[in-house]
Amino acid sequence: MSVSVTATDESPDAQTARGRPSIVRRLSRRPTTLLIWLPLLLLAVCFAYPLLQMFRLSFTDFVGSTSGVFGNYLWFLGTDTQMTILRRTFAVAGWVTLMCLILGFPYAYLMTIVGPRMRLLMVGVVLLPFWSNLVVRTFAWVILLRDSGPVQSLLHAIGIDDLRLLGNTVGVTIGATQVLLPFLILPLYAALSGIDRSLLTAAHSLGARPAVAFVKVYLPLAVPGILAGTSIVFILTLGFYFTPALLGSPRNSLVAQQIVTQVSELLAFGRGSAIAFVVLIITFVVLGLVGLVTRRYRRSFETGLDL
Amino acid sequence: MNTFKWSSSRVLLVGFCGLVGVLLMGPTLIVVPLSFTSEKSFRFPPEGWSTQWYENFFTDPNWYESALLSVRVGLAVAVLATVLGTAAAVALSTGRGAWRGPANGFMLAPMIVPGVITAVGIYYVFLNFGLTQGFWGFVLAHTVLALPFVVVAVSASLNGLDKALVTAAWSLGANRWAAFRQITLPLIAPGILTGALFAFLTSFDEAIVSLFLSGPFARTLPIQIFQSVTADIDPTIAAASTMLLATTGFFMVVLGVITVSRNRR
Repeated sequence: MSVSVTATDESPDAQTARGRPSIVRRLSRRPTTLLIWLPLLLLAVCFAYPLLQMFRLSFTDFVGSTSGVFGNYLWFLGTDTQMTILRRTFAVAGWVTLMCLILGFPYAYLMTIVGPRMRLLMVGVVLLPFWSNLVVRTFAWVILLRDSGPVQSLLHAIGIDDLRLLGNTVGVTIGATQVLLPFLILPLYAALSGIDRSLLTAAHSLGARPAVAFVKVYLPLAVPGILAGTSIVFILTLGFYFTPALLGSPRNSLVAQQIVTQVSELLAFGRGSAIAFVVLIITFVVLGLVGLVTRRYRRSFETGLDL
Repeated sequence: MNTFKWSSSRVLLVGFCGLVGVLLMGPTLIVVPLSFTSEKSFRFPPEGWSTQWYENFFTDPNWYESALLSVRVGLAVAVLATVLGTAAAVALSTGRGAWRGPANGFMLAPMIVPGVITAVGIYYVFLNFGLTQGFWGFVLAHTVLALPFVVVAVSASLNGLDKALVTAAWSLGANRWAAFRQITLPLIAPGILTGALFAFLTSFDEAIVSLFLSGPFARTLPIQIFQSVTADIDPTIAAASTMLLATTGFFMVVLGVITVSRNRR
């Protein structure tokens, strides 16, 4: 279907306000662009303003003997128990990311080589848990990992008796891995499906064994996708509350639990906000690093440089 | 399209992925048989069957009122987020200039900032506004979180739209609103519907912000489930979980049908 008009992309009344308009004039030239203000207003009031308030509170709201502009940050970074919690969170996030990659990479890879029907099924199997309720999914793990639950009976049957799975970081890692697996598979699949598989065929025809071709040709091309998927999982684990709250215990809590405890139990908004901003900064650093590495990596591919 | 060839390593791969598939779907589905258990325990597999936990769900105000609140909030969020998100997507796609990049980034920011951080901020501000433990507090907070999904879904539709059709309508004398209503809107309707469903699901499943906004007078279904799990052993949790999963599953099927039928066209 083709429409023959002298199609410039200009709207009917775009010509009316030419010249060097101010921002407001430029926006009002197209009434449709005015539509952006309402959603922006909502985000400003209910998202940006709250974050700014937290930022302020982290420097001004103190409890106990803490004081000084950076008091809350110094308290968090200088308290042993808090640093233990942060280290534990990193350890759990690292394990969860690794487990997700081990389980998710083969799955995402298989999705790129099966037929369309099979792929639809495989996408469905990922999307259903992706959109299922986090609390419900974690609750299911509470039942599975209980001392008298099915997993323990299974372990008992094969002779393992003294492995506690609930109330420690083992349970949190298992649950978080299963909950976050879709967040790795979906971006990884998107990246992997963009890899030209004829390169593998070329490598085969040049005499490379399949395994060698996979490691030397496919995996390097998959690195950006792997980085994207793993960084998302890592970041999400840092901010995880419900899974550690239900599968872990207060004795080995993670940083998100600490934020909730400070704010809703101790009403220490300043301390909670300080922790939150440390987590936020870590999040941005991880995202920034991944972006930087990916860009460098891509560029070195394009220019054909040796890595 | 090369066809799938079997080899010994492929058999291994498919077997492994089968297990991963089971791991993805299986554990969550355990709540379904558990919701029909006859005894007041989480013993699995159940010894006998009953529907008493569903009866309990629909007669205990703690449960059915939280479910009702979740549905009402979800519907309001679906309307509000879809209208605002569609407006934003249209403005972003028709607008010119350097403001678009930052505006788009700002629209998607609630997706990137960890939920627990957004939650603390919203809680503090809403405490001052007197918006905690109330319908509108949940609606506003969830709309913020749902907005990015609508913007993404509608933007994708608008990018696929042939702009020449709109220009043609203009050249035939249609004013901007008429062209939007009669040309653009019908063509991006699937994107808007997808966005609306995502908005509802986002609100319906949201838990961390709701945890802060909830209280004795108002809590959403996920929070009611969370607090029951930490409080006592009651298979009503399993019944509520099953219904939550069924709702999500239903919406996923609808979304799947929309996507498949759109790709056919």
